Amino acid sequence: MKSFLIPFFVVLPLGAAFLVVLVPTRLRKIADVLANLCALMLLIAAGIVCVKGITGVYFVGGWEIPVGISMVLDGFSGLMLLTISVITFASTLYSVSYMEQFTWKTKFYCLFLLMVAGMNGVVLSGDFFNLFVFLEIASIASYALVGYGCRHEELEATFKYLALGNLAALCVLLGVAFVYGLTGTLNMADFSIRTAGYMNNGLLIALALFLTGFGLKAALVPMHAWLPDAHPSAPTPISAMLSGVFIKATGVYALVRVSMNVFPPMQLTHEIILVLGGLSMVVGVFMAIGQWDFKRLLAYHSISQIGYVMIGIGLGTPLGILGAVYHLINHAAFKSLLFLGAGAVEYQTGTRQLRQMGGLRQRMPVTSSSTLIASLAISGLPPFNGFFSKVIIIWACVQANRYGYAVAAVIVSVMTIASFMKVQKYAFFGKLKEKWGKIKEVPATMQIAMVFLAVLCLLMSLLIVPALRDVVLQPAVDSIIAGTNYVTFAGGL
Amino acid sequence: MNNSNQINIAEHSEGMSLVVRTIARWVKSFIFIFGLYIVFYGHLTPGGGFAGGVIICCSFILVLLAFGKERAFKRLSLERAGALDSIGALGFLLVAVAGIFFAGTFFVNWLSVPAAGSINSLLRKIGVGEFRLLSAGTIPVNNIWIAIKVCASMYLVFALLAMLRINDDTQEDL
Repeated sequence: MKSFLIPFFVVLPLGAAFLVVLVPTRLRKIADVLANLCALMLLIAAGIVCVKGITGVYFVGGWEIPVGISMVLDGFSGLMLLTISVITFASTLYSVSYMEQFTWKTKFYCLFLLMVAGMNGVVLSGDFFNLFVFLEIASIASYALVGYGCRHEELEATFKYLALGNLAALCVLLGVAFVYGLTGTLNMADFSIRTAGYMNNGLLIALALFLTGFGLKAALVPMHAWLPDAHPSAPTPISAMLSGVFIKATGVYALVRVSMNVFPPMQLTHEIILVLGGLSMVVGVFMAIGQWDFKRLLAYHSISQIGYVMIGIGLGTPLGILGAVYHLINHAAFKSLLFLGAGAVEYQTGTRQLRQMGGLRQRMPVTSSSTLIASLAISGLPPFNGFFSKVIIIWACVQANRYGYAVAAVIVSVMTIASFMKVQKYAFFGKLKEKWGKIKEVPATMQIAMVFLAVLCLLMSLLIVPALRDVVLQPAVDSIIAGTNYVTFAGGL
Repeated sequence: MNNSNQINIAEHSEGMSLVVRTIARWVKSFIFIFGLYIVFYGHLTPGGGFAGGVIICCSFILVLLAFGKERAFKRLSLERAGALDSIGALGFLLVAVAGIFFAGTFFVNWLSVPAAGSINSLLRKIGVGEFRLLSAGTIPVNNIWIAIKVCASMYLVFALLAMLRINDDTQEDL
């Protein structure tokens, strides 16, 4: 049973995706139940994995390394699985009412679950080529989902996303080709054993291609152009998934796994990640503060917050990585909640323009309070989760004598507060406009999804307590710090 | 027929010329049978689920081209093709998951594994002897599911592209 849990994370959403699409549209209530049941089961399974600290290697079809395909579940994968499952659960619950505005709900659930299967696969894969295949499954589903509304600007955003996403996939595939050509293996563990810390120019090119490909998926700053178009254009549950977990699973996770655990960790890689992270953090927030489109503003903040995570990773110290992992899961919670809140406002008012809103607090108390919690969390105010992870990252910068990054992180945090004060002032506080006098609060399922994430935003600040930290965060940090010792684990040696 | 090189379904909603239709009527079943052969012998000879599925799909596409979409959709409607598409994927997944129940590992070739619990060990215990028809275990079974999936997907892609083309043409005419 324990080992069956590893392929379960890919099999269940994949099976559910093809089952849901068989449901006729007039019986779409069944599809709602099926999709939510699938999300709930994933959440329970991920909870078991994290709480019990289950780790292991699964050889698909019983074929061992280097012949077969292996799936590796270690601390970092387990934490990512839990993050994906939590956000999936909230988004599916939210979709029940929200997606009624669109046609063909069953197709939506099919693509949604395929995307989840792809992300879980990326996180569990122990093999370069499978990583690429799952990356493509998740990406292709997300291309279709971003353009789901089929309006002009959505299709344009999808096209941009598709072109740049394919460029990323191409870089990854070329990297895989270099790896295979130079070492004759595709398995990550076998690759590390064969190279044994040795690097030549060919492998450096492969590493550079992986960094570019995954960096594009993570929307690090020189490669971020697709994100501010793609994330706001998607239907709201998908925006929450894309910003909350997609860029982390296919971007940050894959980048960290490949550059830290599979390739030998080098000073050069750390420097590149640090510079890209710092750039994303600063540029993202400067672009965000001037936005008047609610979801577009949030999308730019995603770039900025991913910058924080990358800085923590780039420092390479245990404290920095702890901060990065912590901020990664925190960002998943509050950014998804913010997108769900923005979607709830759009659901009732039909607009995303902050200038046209105002005083919505009186009409939509649940949406407004949960969005307020998320705004405070992303701005890094105590006692919300964002505060603790940002403090850890800033403190790690100081410890590593990177004072410039520490100062930049503080300034960016202040600017984040400024831009979310703007959101709150224009959207929720202030005078209620006459035309919004009759709007109501959103349906119950959407409220439950938002309250669930808002409670999480508060509870996750408890992860700073050492007892909880050791259970949830420390296994992930350990598996990143272990470097190429990952091999002894992933090889089942 | 002003533009003979291009297949223009809109102008020929009843299909192509008499010669094409007669030949297609004869050839379509042979293509179908050949596709089945490629699928069922995929584990022994070159070919397999994907190649066979594409060939089977070609017979449907031939009907679509030669006789027009009404007649093709009567044989395989878009809804049914969509359902078959999912069923193919589900079947493939089921065979893979069945490995967990019969031989303890996901995606294991459980029809040919001599391990305890596999079909063959069960049959041997009863005294029937081994199940020799599926000499490659689950591979031919998977080939069949892949063929269904590929055939339905290819047909859907072709039919949808053809229908988009029709819409474009009518707009130009207007």
